[in-house]
Amino acid sequence: MIDALLLSRLQFAANISFHILFPTISIGLCWVLLYFRTRFTLSRDRRWEYAYYFWVKIFALTFAIGVVSGITMSFQFGTNWPGFMQRAGNIAGPLLGYEVLTAFFLEASFLGIMLFGKQRVSNRIHLIASALVAIGTTLSAFWILSLNSWMQTPAGFVERDGVLYVADWWAVIFNPSFPYRFAHMLTASLLTTAFLITGVSAWRMRKGVDGPATWDVFKTGLAMAAILAPLQILLGDAHGLNTLEHQPAKIAAIEGVWHTERGAALTLFGIPDESAGRMRLAITVPRVASLILTHDLDGEIKGLNEFPDAHPPVAMVFWSFRVMVGIGTLMLAVSWWMSWQVWLRRKKPDQRMLTVASAMTFSGWVAVLAGWYVTEIGRQPWIVSGVLPIREVVANHSGTAMLSTLLLYLAMYVFILIAYIQALRYLASKPAGSLSLDAANMQQAAP
Amino acid sequence: MSGAAYWLPLFFAAAMGLAMLMYVILDGFDLGIGMLLPWVDEPTKDLMIAAIGPFWDANETWIVLGVGILLMAFPAAHGLVLTTLYIPVTLMLLGLVLRGIAFDFRVKAGDKHRARWNRAFFFGSLLAAVCQGWMLGEFITGFRGGVTGLAFSLLIALCLPALYIMLGSGWLLIKTDGELFRRPLLWARAAFLPMGAGLLLISIATPLVSPAIADKWFSLPNFFYLAVVPLLTAILFFRLWQVLFRRAETLKDKPRQVYVSLVGICVLATVGLGYSLFPDIVIGQLGLWEAAADAKSLMFAFWGTVCVVPAIFAYTFLIYRIFAGKATQLTYE
Ligand code: HDD
Ligand code: HEM
Ligand code: HEM
Repeated sequence: MIDALLLSRLQFAANISFHILFPTISIGLCWVLLYFRTRFTLSRDRRWEYAYYFWVKIFALTFAIGVVSGITMSFQFGTNWPGFMQRAGNIAGPLLGYEVLTAFFLEASFLGIMLFGKQRVSNRIHLIASALVAIGTTLSAFWILSLNSWMQTPAGFVERDGVLYVADWWAVIFNPSFPYRFAHMLTASLLTTAFLITGVSAWRMRKGVDGPATWDVFKTGLAMAAILAPLQILLGDAHGLNTLEHQPAKIAAIEGVWHTERGAALTLFGIPDESAGRMRLAITVPRVASLILTHDLDGEIKGLNEFPDAHPPVAMVFWSFRVMVGIGTLMLAVSWWMSWQVWLRRKKPDQRMLTVASAMTFSGWVAVLAGWYVTEIGRQPWIVSGVLPIREVVANHSGTAMLSTLLLYLAMYVFILIAYIQALRYLASKPAGSLSLDAANMQQAAP
Repeated sequence: MSGAAYWLPLFFAAAMGLAMLMYVILDGFDLGIGMLLPWVDEPTKDLMIAAIGPFWDANETWIVLGVGILLMAFPAAHGLVLTTLYIPVTLMLLGLVLRGIAFDFRVKAGDKHRARWNRAFFFGSLLAAVCQGWMLGEFITGFRGGVTGLAFSLLIALCLPALYIMLGSGWLLIKTDGELFRRPLLWARAAFLPMGAGLLLISIATPLVSPAIADKWFSLPNFFYLAVVPLLTAILFFRLWQVLFRRAETLKDKPRQVYVSLVGICVLATVGLGYSLFPDIVIGQLGLWEAAADAKSLMFAFWGTVCVVPAIFAYTFLIYRIFAGKATQLTYE
């Protein structure tokens, strides 16, 4: 029988991986929708209203999947990691509790008004409701990332008889890695959204089903991407430095540094061989890893040898990191190239550009998942870094029960993902005229 | 036990009871309507779903709050309860997921998939309701399992959906008219008996499960004070029966009667159950104070709860006001 701990981890990982896809889009998209609504209110240009109605449908769908998969998450701590709740419940409990109290009700309640209340409330109230939903999703990210960061870089607590007690809430919430993770994740959401809306708009233009606002949406997404892609790289760098300080074992795995060394080389590519403790087929750039991480060509980087029994599995962390950074770099290249074409050379987008943009539609998802795998697998073998090992907190369900529920979840998730992407295609391929807004009056409506 | 460490767990137990009660009376009607969906034609389905459209998400959030409080205030119980109920919890979650996404997909995925999503909506609602009944059954018997325990849980698993169907019908009476006024009446009549039976069963079972509970209810003079709860419940049941079977025509002018009586019954049932449980959080296994988090954590959570919960009630109220009146087709525009 497969190990129950492994199954528990797989199940948790499957559920959270599925969940995160949708909040990532809703956190970004609701701010974009708010922007469309505000533009419309200020200019009375109906194109923005049109853009709003097109994307609010996709938002509603995304949000619903985010909510239901999130409900699964809130039960998972108890079903899979009862030991975690027993030993770290004093800290994890209130943080999750505050998320429910301050964020979930806010977003879930005002979502009703945002989606269906247009006819029933004034424009102002509708705008406020939309803003509250956006604030709600961001608050959600705030609390959950605070908890996750605390599990990475725990602070502000004391341990008595194996149970953790809070010493200082401020230190718990604003633990050392939290500001970096929060900023990096919010930017990731906005970037994912930016490529989503650019990609879908490009797809519609290619298929010739674009509406009056498609080009504006495309440009909005592109501008976001061009600004945020470099910002994300800077934030990622800062985040990495923070990780070096607090979780050196994770960095050693990320960089594939087996032995502590000065002037460490940056491994661009390689196949980690954990049993031999070395990298095969490595392509390296001398000294650059030290330069990036310590900002000094001769800086010292701790190797995996310093953490004999407590370092994460190398391959997954090493690879995921390269996927994330690869996509981040690609995002920068693509968004700047397209911006140059669109704004500096004033070119109408050609077929090639549209193809590239639509190919990047879901690139954000891949980067986000890869980034989370770096973070979470890089924390192993701990559930709370340096404090609680994961194997001490797992529930002892039978392997059979775990395996069958895991398969059920997976089947469901594959099914929903396919349905989601199909529905996106279906919504995107409807010709613009089928929206009930009168297309002829689209240009300028009387205020 | 010092002051705060004594009353904070009590406060959170009450808050959790309230959240669960809110969940049953609010999401109960969503789930009920989901279970009724197959019995009507397509336009009527749309209208029934329009009657829950703006609310279901917030309604569902009450269970997240309930579980959130369990996790925040009673982490040990959170682990114990959810690990024991692993299978029904998982199935319930799958049901809720199916129901929640079907709501959106049925109108967005294109007409040729619609029938399939309608079925998913029905099946998800049914699965969630049955599993909640099953969980309630197990919880009330103190997780003792065995043949009788299982049989009892399965019975409750059938009765809770009946309550939800009644709530759903009661809600439709308020939110719709025309044909959709007559049908809910028939549905509510059909569900009346199973629901009453379920409630009766629960009331009989709890004292049998634990002598401590029997003592609490049947010792004198407590018995006389407590008799108020079953008595009021009986009165509400009688009223409900009257409205449904004898004086259905009064529903035209006062459509709220059914739903309100049901809410009353749910409130009383919660009070009764709470009294039975006290001072345990898992009958016979785990006490309230034993399961509670550290007082310092509870205090932090307490301030959040007292500041935010009234606000939640306020905007829940606001939303039901904004969407008051008969339901109309949903549109984003
Ligand atoms: C659109 C998504 C996206 C993109 C383009 C990037 N990241 Fe990222 N990254 C994330 C999305 C993300 C994430 C999913 O949001 C993570 C996981 C946990 C977290 O806080 O952010 C993450 C984690 C994460 C970590 C792990 C920190 C830790 O676990 O302690 C590092 C070091 C970086 N990132 C660095 C980078 C660098 C140098 C990038 C430059 C190209 C980059 N990221 C692009
Ligand atoms: C911010 C909220 C999050 C919290 C509180 C959280 C918490 C946890 C917990 C408790 C575990 C199980 C213990 C362990 O295996 O270490 C875990 C594992 C894991 N999580 Fe997260 N997680 C969060 C976000 C995410 C996201 C968004 C993803 C992915 C997209 C993710 C991916 C994983 C993976 C892959 C594992 C398994 C790691 C392994 O066992 O090797 N996590 N996380
Ligand atoms: C283990 C970790 C997590 C748990 C227990 C969890 C729990 C939940 C729950 C219960 C909901 C539904 C709320 C409702 O009823 O409205 C939800 C939705 C949401 N979650 Fe998570 N979540 C986790 C991880 C994350 C992460 C890592 C993020 C983002 C950084 C996130 C952001 C959101 C957002 C924005 C929503 C709103 C719904 C949506 O946007 O789709 N969550 N989550």
